[in-house]
Amino acid sequence: MSAELPYRVVIGLEVHVQLLTETKLFCGCSTKFGLPPNSATCPVCIGMPGVLPVMNRRAFELALKAALALNADIAPFTKWDRKNYYYPDLPKNYQISQYDLPFSRNGWLEIPTAQGKKKVRLIRVHLEEDAGKMLHDETGMGRDSLVDLNRAGTPLLEIVTRPDMNSPEEARLFLEELRLLLRELKVSDCEMQEGSLRVDANINIHIPQGDGYVATPIVEVKNLNSFRSVERAMAYEAQRQYEEFRRTGKKLGEVPKATAGWDEDHGVTVVQRRKEEASDYRYFPEPDLVPVLVDQAWLERIRAELPELPSVRRERFQTQYQLSAYDAGVIVSQGLAFADYFEKVAQLTGDAKAAANWCTNQVLQVLNERKITIESFPLPAESLADLIRKQRQYNVNPQRAREVFAEMLKSGEAAETIIRRLGLDVSFSTEQLRELVRKSLASQPKAVADLRAGKAKAMDALVGQVMRETRGKAPADEVRRLIQEELAQTPA
Amino acid sequence: MELIEHSARDLLGLLDRGEITCEELTTAYLEAIRQRDTKVQAFVSVQAADALEQARRVDEKRRRGQPLGKLAGLPVAIKDVLCTQGVPTTCCSKILQNFIPPYDAHVIERLKQEDAVLIGKTNMDEFAMGSSTENSAFQITRNPWDLERTPGGSSGGSAAAVAACEVPLSIGSDTGGSIRQPASLCGIVGLKPTYGRVSRYGLVAFASSLDQVGPFGHEVYDVALLMEVIAGHDKRDSTSVPEPVPPYREKLEEPVRPLTIGVACEYFGEGLDAEVERAVREALEVYRRLGATVRDVSLPHSKYAVATYYIVATAEASSNLARYDGVHYGYRAKKFDNMIHMYSRTRGEGFGPEVKRRIMLGTYVLSRGYYEAYYLKALKVRRLIKEDFDKAFAECDVIAGPTSPTPAFKIGERVADPLAMYLSDIYTISCNLAGIAGISIPCGFTKSGLPIGLQLLAPPFAEEKLLRIARMYERETDWHQQRPRL
Ligand SMILES: [Zn+2]
Repeated sequence: MSAELPYRVVIGLEVHVQLLTETKLFCGCSTKFGLPPNSATCPVCIGMPGVLPVMNRRAFELALKAALALNADIAPFTKWDRKNYYYPDLPKNYQISQYDLPFSRNGWLEIPTAQGKKKVRLIRVHLEEDAGKMLHDETGMGRDSLVDLNRAGTPLLEIVTRPDMNSPEEARLFLEELRLLLRELKVSDCEMQEGSLRVDANINIHIPQGDGYVATPIVEVKNLNSFRSVERAMAYEAQRQYEEFRRTGKKLGEVPKATAGWDEDHGVTVVQRRKEEASDYRYFPEPDLVPVLVDQAWLERIRAELPELPSVRRERFQTQYQLSAYDAGVIVSQGLAFADYFEKVAQLTGDAKAAANWCTNQVLQVLNERKITIESFPLPAESLADLIRKQRQYNVNPQRAREVFAEMLKSGEAAETIIRRLGLDVSFSTEQLRELVRKSLASQPKAVADLRAGKAKAMDALVGQVMRETRGKAPADEVRRLIQEELAQTPA
Repeated sequence: MELIEHSARDLLGLLDRGEITCEELTTAYLEAIRQRDTKVQAFVSVQAADALEQARRVDEKRRRGQPLGKLAGLPVAIKDVLCTQGVPTTCCSKILQNFIPPYDAHVIERLKQEDAVLIGKTNMDEFAMGSSTENSAFQITRNPWDLERTPGGSSGGSAAAVAACEVPLSIGSDTGGSIRQPASLCGIVGLKPTYGRVSRYGLVAFASSLDQVGPFGHEVYDVALLMEVIAGHDKRDSTSVPEPVPPYREKLEEPVRPLTIGVACEYFGEGLDAEVERAVREALEVYRRLGATVRDVSLPHSKYAVATYYIVATAEASSNLARYDGVHYGYRAKKFDNMIHMYSRTRGEGFGPEVKRRIMLGTYVLSRGYYEAYYLKALKVRRLIKEDFDKAFAECDVIAGPTSPTPAFKIGERVADPLAMYLSDIYTISCNLAGIAGISIPCGFTKSGLPIGLQLLAPPFAEEKLLRIARMYERETDWHQQRPRL
């Protein structure tokens, strides 16, 4: 519970992700995004009379992979069910989904919160087919709505969590971790903008009262189109529920469950409807498909294909490279390619700390500025490693080293070449530096006195003179250390 | 015997020996359709030009000595429930009146591969829901033996077309007796294969877990021939079974010995017409004379079959028929105010009363609060019915009984009483619930000249044996050689 909030937030998420298969779940049509409307369709996915679904085994394997990585229990026997409801984007007017025997149950995902690691438990993960897309007339002229069925039949993984997230931030962290995991597994590209990841959030709050608490009615928030909007919507909705409770005193169970839409522009949730009772989807077993039997050998084969998971990698970076939890977190959260880049630099230089510093600061900054990923970053790990080694060799100060880095990016030259051109390939012996420091101290008695009096700023003037004398080539940290040593040895 | 009255077996001989050409044969049947179908009304569409063109192609192949398919040049009629590329496939429903599929059903592909001449699409109860073909949105098919009576259903058009000698072979579908019952009422042979034996790809679904495609012909040989063509695994139907397809005709003349025929008292109960019972008991005598042991078996859960069927079948149908909503294809109401209104008007205008009744029933039994009491319970009873057969088949090769409790009934007689109509299938329904194979073969006529059918039921994938056992009886009798006067 946040210290300043008079309530505890309780959030559960329902996440849908599209699987990265070439073809749809029950036919051979392409799942590619952005094709001309209704071009990726066939009699099966447009629900023509007489057609039958055939399960895409690859999709099922991707789903198994995701569930195993989410620590879920895999059912040895799973079947398909029909969820019946009418909507024009659902050509058969039923969705092939999984009801009472999903292919996996339970499981958890560990998220790195500021307070440490936290397990968010899952209720179930199941596989189903996606619906098409409705394109409603927005001219206000009452024209017909259009239906695009390219998406109809795309494999969709539904992941339902327990209400284990206790702040808007945790909800966002869960989604970030889930996205990282599913991307690294190549299960889904999790692009919210393209709809390959969709989130609905259930939220209520617990308000302390006496020895216990009262819970507010649960609201399902929809239309969340970015992780940022999930976080904002949760914060807004929690506070809204608190204020509503103070006004009405309505508790969980006293009013029907409501659905709300998130209005991104105004930053508010708008309660759309209260369901008197849950919809009746008349689920029943899909007679056109046979149950799927998952044996141990199949599971073991999938398990063997699993790469190192992000949570494991975070741990390993802390033990193997002595990185801080924070640095390990930043590096791993950038994805596998970035983590690999870091590891290579760390191994080539034997200096994981320097590698982590460079990666989490300069490299990341460039990636963000240029909106690119590490795969298209112009400096190979070898070049960055080379820079780190040369920096050490020539005792180049961090600021000048960053200049060399920038130059490398611009010209593509080797670190050595640039260092030479900038005249940084000069190294000072400690004795040479001490001589320069003494000169600086002697010529600036006021600064020395100020420094002794505790004015830290005075240090700048003393360092500055040494830097001027060496045209910026002296290692500033070393100079600073020597100044302090000198002052300690010569009492005022 | 007129040319058109021959069995497919005889016609293959005539074609092989060059005594007739496919074109002549096809022309003869097209002429028969022209003359007779105004009375019988078995066809809802006839593809005369396509059929003649195909017949000439086959003749050409034969002339050139090219390899010919098993059905080379034989006209085949198709129940209008199987999708045929470029040819209207309506399920005899207003809602699909103008629907032209862009693809062929698996069965149609197989028929084409074996050089069949697809001559036309036949009438049926709308979406195969019915036992008299009176539920067609387009026309009422008449029984060729008595034009005042129904041919049975739902594949009444396919059965009547063969019985009336408008075509030598046809294809139907059987969800609760829709091949066997009309075969019985029309005096021909009709086979419902084991569930999974024939691909359902392209068969417009009524009840997915019960539907099977099957053949009609004058003789056992004819349906064995069609089975060789249409049976087999198809990866587009997940419920089709990858069992090898035996050459059904090869050992057809070999009697099954020893042979035990099971007789279930449950199939000789109240409501069974006396003439039908006598004909069936005489058929059992024929088997005895042939050396078969006839013994009693018990199917104690048979009495729940009709009730179970009308829950399972309607539940699946309510979902299968949900797609006919006027959005993507098919009929759409002309006037509506909004989307829901469009749905309800389209379906209200597009479906006939029996289809609506079953959609309502099915929706009801799947609804929250009723699901356990109806649908789940029906699934349990269905398992018991299957177990009854497993036990019975441990003691016999086939189970024999009447196909239908009565001979052909009068048109209009049962329309007002759906329950009476549902009881037409009382002996055929269990076979679908259990997923086993069943055949109806002619076994006599009533005094008034109406055909009677003998039903033989066999364990899953025992079609070869079933056909041989049916043939044993057929050889001893000439019921299958009778033709109605039209
Ligand atoms: Zn498709």
